[in-house]
Amino acid sequence: MTDKFDKTPADATPSATVAKDPGADRVPPETIKAIPVRHWGRYVSAVVVLALVALLVNAFATAEKIQWHAVGDKLFDSTVLAGAGRTLLISVLAMVMGVVLGIVLAVMRLSKNPVTSWVAWVYIWFFRGTPVYVQLLLWFNLALIFPMLNLGPIYKDEMTDVMTPFMCALLGLGLNEAAYMAEICRAGLLAVDEGQTEAAHALGMSHSRTLRRIVIPQAMRVIVPPTGNEFINMLKTSSLVYAVTYNELLRATSTIGSTSYAVMEMLFVASIWYLVMTSVFSVFQYYLERRYARGSTRSLPPTPWQKVKANLLSVSGKRSVA
Amino acid sequence: MNAMVKAEGVHKSFGAVEVLKGIDLEVRSGEVFCLIGPSGSGKSTFLRCINHLEKINAGRLYVDGQLVGYRQKGDKLYELKDSEVALQRRDIGMVFQRFNLFPHMTAVENVMEAPVQVKGASRSQARQRALELLDRVGLADKAGNYPAQLSGGQQQRVAIARALAMDPKLMLFDEPTSALDPELVGDVLDVMRDLAESGMTMVVVTHEMGFAREVGDSLVFMDGGVVVESGNPREVLTNPQHERTQAFLSKVL
Repeated sequence: MTDKFDKTPADATPSATVAKDPGADRVPPETIKAIPVRHWGRYVSAVVVLALVALLVNAFATAEKIQWHAVGDKLFDSTVLAGAGRTLLISVLAMVMGVVLGIVLAVMRLSKNPVTSWVAWVYIWFFRGTPVYVQLLLWFNLALIFPMLNLGPIYKDEMTDVMTPFMCALLGLGLNEAAYMAEICRAGLLAVDEGQTEAAHALGMSHSRTLRRIVIPQAMRVIVPPTGNEFINMLKTSSLVYAVTYNELLRATSTIGSTSYAVMEMLFVASIWYLVMTSVFSVFQYYLERRYARGSTRSLPPTPWQKVKANLLSVSGKRSVA
Repeated sequence: MNAMVKAEGVHKSFGAVEVLKGIDLEVRSGEVFCLIGPSGSGKSTFLRCINHLEKINAGRLYVDGQLVGYRQKGDKLYELKDSEVALQRRDIGMVFQRFNLFPHMTAVENVMEAPVQVKGASRSQARQRALELLDRVGLADKAGNYPAQLSGGQQQRVAIARALAMDPKLMLFDEPTSALDPELVGDVLDVMRDLAESGMTMVVVTHEMGFAREVGDSLVFMDGGVVVESGNPREVLTNPQHERTQAFLSKVL
């Protein structure tokens, strides 16, 4: 009885006078074969743009002062690779720190406790309101005002020993990122319908479990795309830690550049690696977004590989029809 | 029979607006208790008070003899901790007007979630039971579908299965068919009728007078935050005593 509407109408009313299969004796309509409109403007603009691109490429390719072989030689130089590795390392670690701290700050900001919410607000206000470059320099020069780091019985050391270039870079980038991530996470948490929390509570789930199992997974759909952008930004912003003498990609290439007089060439090398890293991550981000879109759309968007397969199938399908 | 839900002078205000102005009623164990009334009459709010989604401002509300949301020692009331409230809610299933299924989980995962997370059931056991429940609501073949892939009526039936998975002793229905296409209402009511026949205690806020008449054991008509009339649904619906009830029923029947 409960599934009476699931049955197809044909089964339910076998004796009724149902119209015959409408496609059975139907004459297929004549397909329109019209001469398409010619977009002359499009051809012209394409030619102009191609010409400009050719000029630009030619200018770089024939410039005598660019030693292209230096780019090739140094692209896989061990110093450069180590620099790229450090860029990746500091970006990932700072991002992890940003995301974890960002979620904590977002929850604090939304908490009913006015003190935690106010503290989170002030944190975000400070770290979003000052340039990350200034923050990096603040960490770098912290020893000027606190020569010793004294955490009572737990830990005590000279500040200059604690604030290595790596620590400056991590704290500078990570704490700054947390402020931005907090706002992204807060928007994500607020985007989840209140009915979800109520339904979970009505089932007897605790606050924290509701947050972890129901709210955060749904907030992720809103959080992931901007977080991907943040990470791509982070990969590039990490070049600022040059200032705190952390030997990342830009510093590694610039050092070679200034000693070998191939300044521009080494900047090309750095650019190539930045592009490689951001491109690889963009692909990764696509799959991540796809995963968190589960349930929000009726069918998931295809992966590039699925698109290729579908195209191949449709091509072979057409051929078999023809 | 003992009372499953007992309300004594329940008041509830949102800011300056008093939504419930002293509700006294009793839901006996095993009965289907229907709450009807115009929108804004406080019937949904009262239902939400029963599992403490809303805190009451005055009066006492008991479920199965236990005070909801508070502990009484002498003449002092102590608020329960969140975990204790959660413990009380385990035994009270709730079905919402807008389903509120978890969209990132498939139908079967929705039904499994609470038994696994709250009761600590094993995943395989919970899945087994969830499939049985989905079969009971006529959706065995939709177990792997996400809510977005189901019709409103199917979603509401999954929501009922999800509530049943906690083996509640009381089920609350908050206008379960109001958000559905007229064509799909019947399926959900069939499941509820089936549930009523199995002896479940149900409190149903509804506009389906046919259901109330046919399945209900008791009926309360609420308006303006008070109980206007109560009694056997067949008597109240066919022969209302109060003029406010008469006016309401003349419009909806």
